[in-house]
Amino acid sequence: MANSQIGAKARPLSPHLSIWKWGPAMLVSILHRATGDGMAIVGGIVLIWWLYAISAGTEAYATFVSCATSIPGYIVLVGLSWAFFQHMASGLRHFVLDVGAGYELDTNNRWAAFLPFLGLILTGAFWAIIFFGRG
Amino acid sequence: MGTGTDLGRVRGLGSAKHGSHHWIMQRITAVGNLILVLWFLITLALMPSYDHETMVTWLSSPFVAVPMILLLVSVFWHLRMGLQVLIEDYTDGGTRIFLLMLLNFYAVGGAALGIFAVAKIAFTGAAA
Repeated sequence: MANSQIGAKARPLSPHLSIWKWGPAMLVSILHRATGDGMAIVGGIVLIWWLYAISAGTEAYATFVSCATSIPGYIVLVGLSWAFFQHMASGLRHFVLDVGAGYELDTNNRWAAFLPFLGLILTGAFWAIIFFGRG
Repeated sequence: MGTGTDLGRVRGLGSAKHGSHHWIMQRITAVGNLILVLWFLITLALMPSYDHETMVTWLSSPFVAVPMILLLVSVFWHLRMGLQVLIEDYTDGGTRIFLLMLLNFYAVGGAALGIFAVAKIAFTGAAA
């Protein structure tokens, strides 16, 4: 195992990240993984903490709320909501690509370039409802 | 059976018929997440308040507790598969095996703790 790994490491790699001209599809693909894995770790822990705090009683819940409504808490929560909407948008793009549609260069680039804006718009709408939407 | 090389040992055996399972489950849980997390975020955003009593009353309803448990299953299943791919892409050898084990503990343990918390809220209700 160790030998084969050393052998594999010594082989030249095909250049990938360094030689391609940047396009929107690459950005959306990287964002999909980053937002997904970010939510998988941070979002999973926050979700479980929130549910556990509610089940543990008023004191534990008050601790959660004071952390969540601090400045770093809001940064994490806004970040997680953005990660969800961005991941949802690029995930829906994957469903379209899965059925074999949307590979024409123009169409592909246009949708990929649009999705980061959609993620931001949905995040803004979500927080607007929380702060202003409830009478 | 070939000469003992990796290729020689598998040549002629055909597909294990498991190649698409990960891909299909990732899509199925993605659809589950799409429905359940959207329900969760929209409902949460429209809640009249976020105090403890409101949360307990809300989560005590079977039509909230059950989708919340389904959400935990779908989300933790999906994130287990996503993080698995991340680990497989960037690590190998013993590190990979250790991280994959850690991932399984996190995914199964996290989902179990979350489901237990929801069940406790739902079954003990306002008395909590």
